[in-house]
Amino acid sequence: MTLHAELELTRGSFSLSAEFDVPPGTVLAVLGPNGSGKSTLLGCLAGLFVPDDGVVTLGERTLTRTPRLLVQPHDRGVGLLAQDALLFPHLSVVDNVAFAPRSRGASRVASREAARHWLSEVDAAELADRKPAQLSGGQAQRVAIARALAGEPDLLLLDEPLAALDVDAAPAIRGLLRRVLRAAGNQRATVLVTHDPLDALALADHVLVLSRGRVVERGLTRDVLSAPRTPFTARIAGLNLVVGVAEEQGLRTAGGFISGIPAPDVAAGEPAVAVFSPGSVAVYPEGEHSAGSPRNTVAAVVGALEPHGAVVRLRTVDGDGWAEGLAADLTPAAVAELALEPGTPVRLAVKAAAVAIHPAFGP
Amino acid sequence: MLWIPAGLALALVVLPVVGLLARTDYARLPELLTSSASLNALQLSLVTAVLSTVFCVLLGVPLAVVLARSRSRGVRVLRAVVLLPLVLPPVVGGLALLFLLGRNGFLGYLLDVTAGIRIPFTTAAVVIAQTFVAMPFLVVSLEGALRGAGDRYELVASTLGARPWTVFRRVTVPLLLPALGSGAVLSFARALGEFGATITFAGSLEGVTRTLPLEVYNQAEADVDSAVALALLLIVVAVLVIAVARPRAVEGRP
Repeated sequence: MTLHAELELTRGSFSLSAEFDVPPGTVLAVLGPNGSGKSTLLGCLAGLFVPDDGVVTLGERTLTRTPRLLVQPHDRGVGLLAQDALLFPHLSVVDNVAFAPRSRGASRVASREAARHWLSEVDAAELADRKPAQLSGGQAQRVAIARALAGEPDLLLLDEPLAALDVDAAPAIRGLLRRVLRAAGNQRATVLVTHDPLDALALADHVLVLSRGRVVERGLTRDVLSAPRTPFTARIAGLNLVVGVAEEQGLRTAGGFISGIPAPDVAAGEPAVAVFSPGSVAVYPEGEHSAGSPRNTVAAVVGALEPHGAVVRLRTVDGDGWAEGLAADLTPAAVAELALEPGTPVRLAVKAAAVAIHPAFGP
Repeated sequence: MLWIPAGLALALVVLPVVGLLARTDYARLPELLTSSASLNALQLSLVTAVLSTVFCVLLGVPLAVVLARSRSRGVRVLRAVVLLPLVLPPVVGGLALLFLLGRNGFLGYLLDVTAGIRIPFTTAAVVIAQTFVAMPFLVVSLEGALRGAGDRYELVASTLGARPWTVFRRVTVPLLLPALGSGAVLSFARALGEFGATITFAGSLEGVTRTLPLEVYNQAEADVDSAVALALLLIVVAVLVIAVARPRAVEGRP
């Protein structure tokens, strides 16, 4: 079902103003730093607060039309997955997952059966009889995903679902979310709130960038993240993205090969993107071949140089293969030493260890 | 050098009990404890304290939830009111109950005239007095637990489609159980030791309103040995309460 929301809200010195649509079967990422109003936005969608002015509709149903909350949280058909799994500590894993079907009136047996189905969907069937205290962070979040899905929500809200997980657990859960969010034929609208551009890239079709409660940019995820149009977005989300086809140890692009570290859910031969931060791109004068460890080197031409906080962000305009439109962060001293200016030919180098390969989707 | 005042404090708690133990006439103890007056008092105390604890739980849990979850400003005033029996001298509480439910009190008069019910100086009055003084213990310990836990589990439950009553029954109450256990034990202990409000509001009639503390007071005038024996009994019950239920507040765990 399509989610449509127009929200205006003021709390003390903070104000939020946003308007967006999420078509069925798609994921919208709301990207912003802490305090930008992301959680307030989710609260309005879930029915926890009433905005000062606004409308929330889901399919044919109007959930909120100020000044009234027309549909209470428990009647909205909204699933919420938070940073912490928040499994009910007194219930076993299977009863946690059975909570939603049970609350909607299913019998004990039928709801447990549904719970086991959803647990196997998230590869956690063997955890069914444990108590939440006996689970690791990653396992608990798996179960929390199953619990949210077991309610068969029309709208799924994800509030920084990977932020509390350790580095080892996050990629697997990200892969799991990709699989369940993008499962064929689902009609669910999903809103993902995150401060991590990688989550947006891996999970969302569209992204909306929020700064101090205002939408500063929106569009297709890959467009917004690879070519931010506002300095704000560039600062929080400016990433180098190169599109291609995944291979064993990297990405085959139209103009060459990039070595990198594939995410666990990347399959060779599938469309994928290579992601690396501008800070991990080294710049050498043209012709000077680096004999060091960076596996990826490419010729390029300096397009623009702009100050970016303490560093200078260099953008390439042209080059061999995949070097078009890349960003590199340099210190002002390095820019002066290399005598860089628009039009200067250079050579870029990126360590393979700094390149992550993620599955690509969407147009 | 904290151990000097700490030792003094410990002595203040322990020495009186030791004094009582030293004063006890152990030879006559079985006979003193099994006298009909003692047994009556013990039975009445246990029955009324259990009933008061049940009422404390039935009324105190919803009150604690309302106090902890409500966002309105008036609730702050209400919270202070709930604490009143905790800081009020029990005798004053007993007087207040008497002037509410006594024959001249407005509610007591109403009950007497419409239903012929007279509450003061009955076992029901004992239970009411004990509930009055003991309930704040339960409410305070529950409210603290509720605030500490926050309402995040409840929010998740409501997004999973649980109606408010289902949330209360399947999430709020089970999560509260540990705090409820310690709160109930504290309330039970307070009800068992209740004296001032009971004697003012319910009087001291053997078998009807004379609970153990009242019997101790009663015997202290007539037969000191008997009073000491009963006091010993109350200490044993108190130690049992701590040992069996181990309320978290008593053990000092959060």
